[in-house]
Order: sequence, then structure tokens, then C-alpha cells
Amino acid sequence: MKTLNLRSLIGTALAAVAVASSGVASAQTSILNVSYDVARELYKDINPAFASSWQAKGNPPVTINQSHGGSSKQVGAVIAGLEADVVTMNQVPDIQQLVKAGLVNSDWQKRLPNDAAPYTTTTVFVVRKGNPKGIKDWPDLIKSGTQVIVPNPKVTGNGRYTYLAAWGFAIKNYKTEEKARDFVKALFANVPVLDGGGRGATTTFTQRNMGDVLVTFENEAILLDKEVGGDQFDIVYPSLSVDAPAPVTVVDKVVDKRGTRNVSTAYLEYLWTPEGQEIIAKHYLRPRNAAVMKKYAKTFPAVNTFSVEKLLGPWDKVMKEQFADGGIYDQIMVKR
Amino acid sequence: MAGGISTAIDAKSIKCNQKLIDATQESSWVRRLLIGVGLCYFFLFLLLPLGAVFVEALRKGWDAYLAALVDPDAWSAIKLTLLIAVVSVPMNLIFGVAAAWAITKFQFPGKRFLITLIDLPFSVSPVIAGLIFVLVFGAQGWFGSWFMDNDIKIIFAVPGILLATIFVTFPFVARELIPLMEAQGKEEEEAAIVLGARGWQVFRYVTLPNILWGLIYGVVLCNARAMGEFGAVSVVSGHIRGETNSMPLHVEILYNEYNFAAAFAVASLLAVLALVTLLIKTFVAWKAARIHAELKED
Repeated sequence: MKTLNLRSLIGTALAAVAVASSGVASAQTSILNVSYDVARELYKDINPAFASSWQAKGNPPVTINQSHGGSSKQVGAVIAGLEADVVTMNQVPDIQQLVKAGLVNSDWQKRLPNDAAPYTTTTVFVVRKGNPKGIKDWPDLIKSGTQVIVPNPKVTGNGRYTYLAAWGFAIKNYKTEEKARDFVKALFANVPVLDGGGRGATTTFTQRNMGDVLVTFENEAILLDKEVGGDQFDIVYPSLSVDAPAPVTVVDKVVDKRGTRNVSTAYLEYLWTPEGQEIIAKHYLRPRNAAVMKKYAKTFPAVNTFSVEKLLGPWDKVMKEQFADGGIYDQIMVKR
Repeated sequence: MAGGISTAIDAKSIKCNQKLIDATQESSWVRRLLIGVGLCYFFLFLLLPLGAVFVEALRKGWDAYLAALVDPDAWSAIKLTLLIAVVSVPMNLIFGVAAAWAITKFQFPGKRFLITLIDLPFSVSPVIAGLIFVLVFGAQGWFGSWFMDNDIKIIFAVPGILLATIFVTFPFVARELIPLMEAQGKEEEEAAIVLGARGWQVFRYVTLPNILWGLIYGVVLCNARAMGEFGAVSVVSGHIRGETNSMPLHVEILYNEYNFAAAFAVASLLAVLALVTLLIKTFVAWKAARIHAELKED
């Protein structure tokens, strides 16, 4: 009796392994899109749309897998061996890391239109309904008693853009680097918690009810306002913000190894098609296509933005000065 | 006279007993307070959150609940989690028993060191545990390029998740058995050997029945942790939905997508799996107790 039990137990276990593993490994062509945290809803819509248009052109069916997380973590994973056919990030330096690691060719920005960024967004403020603290512009964020929620600039593109937007505002308005430094220091002194991803910061603000203002990407802000908030939040556009284009590229080393260059390139090019741009606009990201932009003009009020590279210099320099270990960001965080 | 003395002694011992009783029996308000605090704690920190999971899961009704569970990504997360348990629990069962057996029944140099090693996964943060595997098997790791060249995926694939889970859950069985087997000593095994039993027989008929309860308990704990592990798996998973997302990771994804009802639906299923594990444990205990009782009657 006892041996029988043991045997049937082992049998069941083996059967379970077989069933489970058959489900885990599937044979279909698939490509993996490794992306940043808050792009998940966008690619959830892009993927099936691309898959059907790809198949309609007489190609074999393709599955697009998604992986999302804080930008640095995702890039780190790709460098450590996560086999991404394409990466869709929200900042140039993330992809430069992959260039340095020898995974992406250095000419990646020239292979696609708009410096390989199919859409752009900007950094805005989300405040609680009625704007009880009267937050209008960047200087309101450094007032004492105002709690600001920002994702961690060390590890997220979203947070980095927020930091650079504040820095750019200060440079433009107060002229000297010294004053810009004091300004961002005062701002980050008002940040009670730094989340590891853009979405984490949003849930901190909405679900945990922390903070008076959430500084995040426009698309995240509108999504929050329209689909989650239930009219609990207002969006505030500051007088000057940062232009945040989201670059994409195929990962050369991976697509060459897996033989997926064609489908991966087509996947990225699909982002620039009118259908792709329409999906992008529906997710509150500013499309490149003028006709689509016009159609969604109501969603995207005119904003005054600056380009990081034009105002502050090349990305490599900005990253080194601001975010390298011991850089300005570390200095203001230590001394706050 | 003798009676008088004995009465005095009795009185003394009664007094003594009374003191002992006093020491273990607090006044009723202390007892009530302690029980009350215990119950409140149990209610607030165990029952209430567990209930909240189910309430939140069913907030949008049964249809939404079922839809969240039959979603292909959720389904693949469920299958992956079961696979993790089915692989890592037997592995830890075998190696945990072997390690406990070696440590408690034999003397050999480096024994203390081995015990320390077994404890290592408990003292190391799960995130570090995951990073260890990235450092060893990642593309920049020690063996990474070799695996890459041979097209073997360890990290960011199912094998890496299994390795990380086995690492994190390793101590559960061994740690449960070592004190138990140490307390039991090795006299019974020695007697069995003197009577002519061979290695396997000694284990099967002497050791195993003695450690069965500890073993089952260890397996239950190991299983619960294997299914629920988040940190280590999160580091090595790569978060590919439909492929390398286990249930805890899927819950996080859904939650981050504002899909709260679905997140709690999957979480509730995870909770149900844990409850089922507990039920199995209780059932096995009850069954074994009955078999034991029957044997005694015979």
C-alpha cells in the first residue's frame, strides 16, 4: 500500500512536470521587446496590431513577448543576457549602454526616422483635484511642506527626465549652475520616497495616497487622470519642461544570432506607420505623424519644451556630470 | 505522631505546588488580556489581509474573477509556478534528507561548515540570491559566454528561475530535520544495523518513520516558499509575460497595470494553493495518526 502511494505520487509529479513544461516551451516564432516600465499598455496594443499586419503581408505568424521594468534594470538584464530582439526605452543613454556592451551598433539612431524615437512625451505635474496646494510651476515644488513624488532618477528614465526638466528650468531662469544645484536640491528634499519605476511612483501617489504632486510623463499623467482617477486628479503643465523622446532599436547581436532581424526591424518600423502612430496617440504619447497629431490636438496642449542635448550638451556628458557615482545628483542627495 | 509529621510535609508540598501553579497561572485578567492580544494580532495581521485579498478579488464579480484566471498570461504564470514547486520541492526533499542524515548520523571534518552553508540561503537576501546566479550564468558572468555560445539559456529563462528557487528554499527541509534527528540520536539505527539491516533498510524502516512529521512539515514550508518566492525570481526572470512570469510576479504586473481585481484574483489563487498545502498537511497528519492507532490496537 505504502509503495503504491509513493509510486503514484512520483508518477503524478512527473506527469505534472510534463504538462507544465509543454506549456512553457512553445515552438512559434517569437520576438522579445524589452521595454521601460510605463510602456506596457502601449505595446499590449501595438503587438497584436503588428502581428496581424505582418501576417497579412504573407509572413509566418509571430508572437511578440513583452518585458517591462525600470529602465536601468531592463538594460542591465539585456546586458546580462536577456535575449531582447528589440529594446524600446525612454532615454538615449539606456541604449548607449547597450552600444557600449557591444550589443547594438553605434549607428542605431540613423537607422530609423526622428533619431529612432517614434514618439515623444514630456514631464508634467499631477496634483490632487482642485489643486489644493496651488501648484503651477517648478518653483512651487520647492516650497516647504509640499511633498513631491518622483521615480528614482538613478534607475529610471522617467525620474531622470524629471530631474533634468527641473535642472533645465533652473538653468534657464536662474542662469548659474550653482543656483540650479540649489534648486534641484530643494526639490528632492521634498521627495519622501523614490520608487524604482514610473508605475511604482504612480501607485505611491494614487493608491498609497502619498504626496501633493506626482511628477511624471504626460502619458502616465493623462492615463491616470482619464482611466484611473475617477476625477480625483488635475494635470498641470509647467512653464517649461523637457522634451522626452523614446528611442527604439533592434539589438543587433541578438537578432543576428536568432535570425530575427527582418521581423524585428519591421516591428519597429510599424511604430511609424499611421496605424502605429494612431495607437501611440491613443496612449497619450505625442505622435510624430502630423496628421495624427492634428487629430489628437485636444489631448496634447501646446507645451514649451527644451531638448536635453541642445540645452545641456550631449547625453554622455549630461549622464556623467549629473548621474554618475559622485555626480551632482549624488551630491545633492547626500547633502539634503 | 507520624500522621502529624506527614500532614506537615503534605502541607509543605501543597504550598510548594501552589507556588508552582501560581507561577504558571496568571490572574484571569492577564490571561484574558494575553489571549485578546493574541487574537487581535491574529485577526489584524493574518485573517484580515487574507479576507481582503478575496474581497478585492471578487469586487468586480465572478466573471471578472474567472476571466483573470483564464487569461493566457495568468494561466502560463500558474503553470510556471506549479512547475517550480514540482521541481524544487522534490529536489530539496532528497538533498535536505541527505544533508540532515549525513550531519546527524555521521562524524566528519567540516560538519559545522556544512551546517553553516545550509543556513546560507536564510541569511542571504533573496535579491542577492538572484544576483548570484546572474553573476555566474549571466552574459558577463563566469560561464555566461559558454552557455551563450552553446545556446543554452539559464538566466532569464525557466532553468534560472528553478535554480534561484531551489537555492532560496534549500534550508527548509534540512533545517527542519537536523534538530529532530539530533534529538533522536542514532541508537535505533545502530540497533537495526546490529540486527542485520542494510543502509536503505535502516533508512526506510527506522529513520524515515521517525522523521516523517518533521519531513512533511519541512516540505509544506518549502512548497509554500517555492510558490511564493518573489525577490530571487524577480531578479533572474526577465519578466517576460507568458514565459518567465511566475504567479507572484504576475500579481505585481497586474497591480502595476491598475488591474487590481485581476491582481487580487491571481493573489487569491496563490492563497488558495497555500491553504490547500496546509489542508494536505493536516490530512496526512490525521491519516498517519489513524494508521498509528490501528497498529497499536493490533
